[in-house]
Amino acid sequence: MATTWDSVIIGGGHNGLTCAAYLARAGQKVLVLEARDLVGGAAVTEEIFPGFRFSVYSYVVSLLRPEIIRDLDLPRHGLHVLPLESTLTPLPNGDHLAQWNDHDQNHAALARHSARDAEIYDKFSRLMHLTGRAVQPFLGMLPPDPASLRPADLRGLAGLGQYMRSLGERQFHTLHKLLTMSAADYLDEWFEGEALKGTKSASGIIGTMQGPRSPGTAYVLLHHYMGELDGVFRAWGFAKGGNGAVSGAITAAARGFGATIRTGAPVAHVRIRNGRATGVVLADGEEIAATRVISGADPRRTFIDLVGEAALPGEFVEAIRRYRFRGCSAKVNLALDALPKFSCLADRSIADDGLARQLMRGAISISPSVDYIERAYDQAKYGEFSSRPYMDIVIPSMLDPGMAPPGKHVMSIFAQYAPYHLNGGWTDARREAFGDAVIDTLSEYAPDLKSLILGRQVVTPADIERTVGISEGSIFQGELSLQQMFFSRPAPAWAQYRTPVDALYQCGSGTHPGGGVMGAPGRLAALSILGEKK
Amino acid sequence: MLKTTPFHARTAALSQSHAWRRWAGHVAASHYELSHEREYHAIRVAAGLLDVSPLYKYLIEGRDAVRLLDRMLPRDVTRCQPGQVLYTPWCDAAGKVLDDGTLARLAEERFRLTSADPGLLWLEENARGLDVTIRDVSASTAALALQGPRSREILQALCEDDLAGLKYFRILATRLGGCRVEISRTGYTGDLGYEIWLDAADALPLWDALMRTGAAWGLQAAGLAALDLARIEAGLMLLDVDYVSARKALTVDETSTPFELELGWAVDLKKAAFVGREALAQEAARGPAWCFTGIALDWDDYARRFREAGLAPRVPAAPWRMSVPIYSGAAQVGYATSGAWSPMLKEYIALAHLRTPQAAPGTSLDMEVTVAHRRVRAAARVVRRPFFDPERKRG
Repeated sequence: MATTWDSVIIGGGHNGLTCAAYLARAGQKVLVLEARDLVGGAAVTEEIFPGFRFSVYSYVVSLLRPEIIRDLDLPRHGLHVLPLESTLTPLPNGDHLAQWNDHDQNHAALARHSARDAEIYDKFSRLMHLTGRAVQPFLGMLPPDPASLRPADLRGLAGLGQYMRSLGERQFHTLHKLLTMSAADYLDEWFEGEALKGTKSASGIIGTMQGPRSPGTAYVLLHHYMGELDGVFRAWGFAKGGNGAVSGAITAAARGFGATIRTGAPVAHVRIRNGRATGVVLADGEEIAATRVISGADPRRTFIDLVGEAALPGEFVEAIRRYRFRGCSAKVNLALDALPKFSCLADRSIADDGLARQLMRGAISISPSVDYIERAYDQAKYGEFSSRPYMDIVIPSMLDPGMAPPGKHVMSIFAQYAPYHLNGGWTDARREAFGDAVIDTLSEYAPDLKSLILGRQVVTPADIERTVGISEGSIFQGELSLQQMFFSRPAPAWAQYRTPVDALYQCGSGTHPGGGVMGAPGRLAALSILGEKK
Repeated sequence: MLKTTPFHARTAALSQSHAWRRWAGHVAASHYELSHEREYHAIRVAAGLLDVSPLYKYLIEGRDAVRLLDRMLPRDVTRCQPGQVLYTPWCDAAGKVLDDGTLARLAEERFRLTSADPGLLWLEENARGLDVTIRDVSASTAALALQGPRSREILQALCEDDLAGLKYFRILATRLGGCRVEISRTGYTGDLGYEIWLDAADALPLWDALMRTGAAWGLQAAGLAALDLARIEAGLMLLDVDYVSARKALTVDETSTPFELELGWAVDLKKAAFVGREALAQEAARGPAWCFTGIALDWDDYARRFREAGLAPRVPAAPWRMSVPIYSGAAQVGYATSGAWSPMLKEYIALAHLRTPQAAPGTSLDMEVTVAHRRVRAAARVVRRPFFDPERKRG
């Protein structure tokens, strides 16, 4: 006799798991179906080379919601976020820019390049703090539908309007600028240092097929400051044990609440009877009945592949087809015999041993200028990968030595742009050619790097799509560009986790508030489902 | 003039912050880097090396060593085997705690007692007529704490003896990086960890060997701020911070008994006689009036207080030590003495003395906090110590 589940969740990514935990906590019988043999989706830790463990895809914890950490008691389930304290930008001329958490240290480091930047930085940070605080509640809010006349939506919109009016004039105008300007233009209004502007602008283009001069990219600058608001929760950082430990903690919490999690169980399609989801069918033909089905897969996978266009309104299908993925981020994961030496830190007048080592614990950003990143984008615009990519590098073994054998290191290189729609398509040779471009570029700053590499894994958007299942390998399950955020994520009128199919819901990063190891979509989907039942 | 420890040449060179504290008349690093944060995380995910030399240390030797210690301490010292370590408080005749520390039985007739305050006089007063010699070895014995999940591997890389067999609260005489040392499986962090006792003359070579070897496991020198955070998470009390020695207290109210400090487990009333036994037996019969326990603040309520003031919630950047009132309704029912935001547990925690009726785990209370220069009350609940207790500590 088959059991009927209250909720079956497709995909054991961190959002599916979060959704499962909240539903199980509320007493539902919940089943999570994960296609791979390990849970986590794009938040996994895998031992790619013996003794070397990697956060293969996503590699930092970004804006993981404090309420989820508390509600699910994640620290007790093993979550330990280690702060990233600095950002090092090595420069082609052998110099470097350092940014630190410590105020005095940061001021001194910025002043080496521009006394003006160092001083205005405080003013900039204060404004971003205030504006970030104004925007932060949106991350925890069910987006109201601006075109709907339902009382709940009208109430939501009225509340939103009131809220926007309550913002100070300064914050309102800042927000307006951030929503409409490019990161490069916005930063030009504040700073003069090329390396500082380059490095800051990069946060606006991560995971997005746009350059720092593309309008709308300024907004993501705010995300960084929202992370600082969650500061005590260290919402930005590196999870001990890698991002698999984040998924592991959520899994343990979900299981603790009674959820069942099955791996190696790929879903072939959603079973629909009379316009209502009644369960799922696995790839091997097994049928699983459920009162409701919740998809953590991205909107295209969910609606085009698992539901099928025939079961959906044409207009909705069009909206989903127009929803943009355009993955353009790659990862290069290195097993290293020792810590590489960055030549910009060799000069003892700039950094003593202790400081040089401390900088290896933070992020290393290959972003010497806005021009550098924009040029990297230029190549991608026309279907090529960047020959000198933008990179965001961390060495997790510096923070958690358990990631590598004693004395050895793992290096995680996030590199952009490696467009999914590459001219001629991705092949093994093209993947390795991109890997070479990354290593060659980085070797210009760390000349001994190549001699230290014990193992190298290159992950392109095509690989992410093939392994994790996200369409076009988009790390956020669809770009975080303004036209597909908030009440338009993934489609106008369907931004509240519901779908045109009764009893079918979404809970992945393709819903509000989007990607990053944040967990918010999974939580909001669960809360909205639980709210509906009442 | 403050004294320096045998490791000072190394610790001073590492100090980027120039942040020093005083500890038992010595200068001791508060944190080496500009913030204690990384040093704390190293203790929890890798290993931290701490200079704990300022501890007072006494060697007690002779035929009557056991007799002296069993008479002076509330724990049963006759059952302490050579190679074993006991944590113990000790009391005056009124059963009020004077100090607490560890007692290591180094040999059949040789013990080392550590204490936070000087204790030579108390030892000598209790030793009258006994065949025992007592030596203050505080200056000649250097001490390091190597604490954290990777500490065993680091020590093992430098030690010819197998450390896997060194159980929790056991001590071993061995060689470490060529130096003669005693290694005890003890510490003040609530984590897997060791303390290393050695001749002060060997201090620098051993420090260098540990730092050089430990680097591969992420070893980092850690200061007292990181230690303070770790010991609060571990629920461990500190003399002069969480309780006042009966030796210094000016009123009875200021004193504490072991039962009031939740150290009843370390009081063996089956022993025929020890200092304070009578008073403690009476208190055991009637039950202590106070209880030293943990409390955790309710985050939602705490954050709300800040929102009301137009602020994002702020937590203390570093552990605090002061007396903070705790209320049940309108009545003050106790006071917190140490508190910290735990970066690992993501909780604002504190150690508190509560009146026994309000000290049951789960009890709802209020603690005073400062928000925008005003003292307000934030909801809290009683939780059992330790807040953090990983299996590896004993495993």
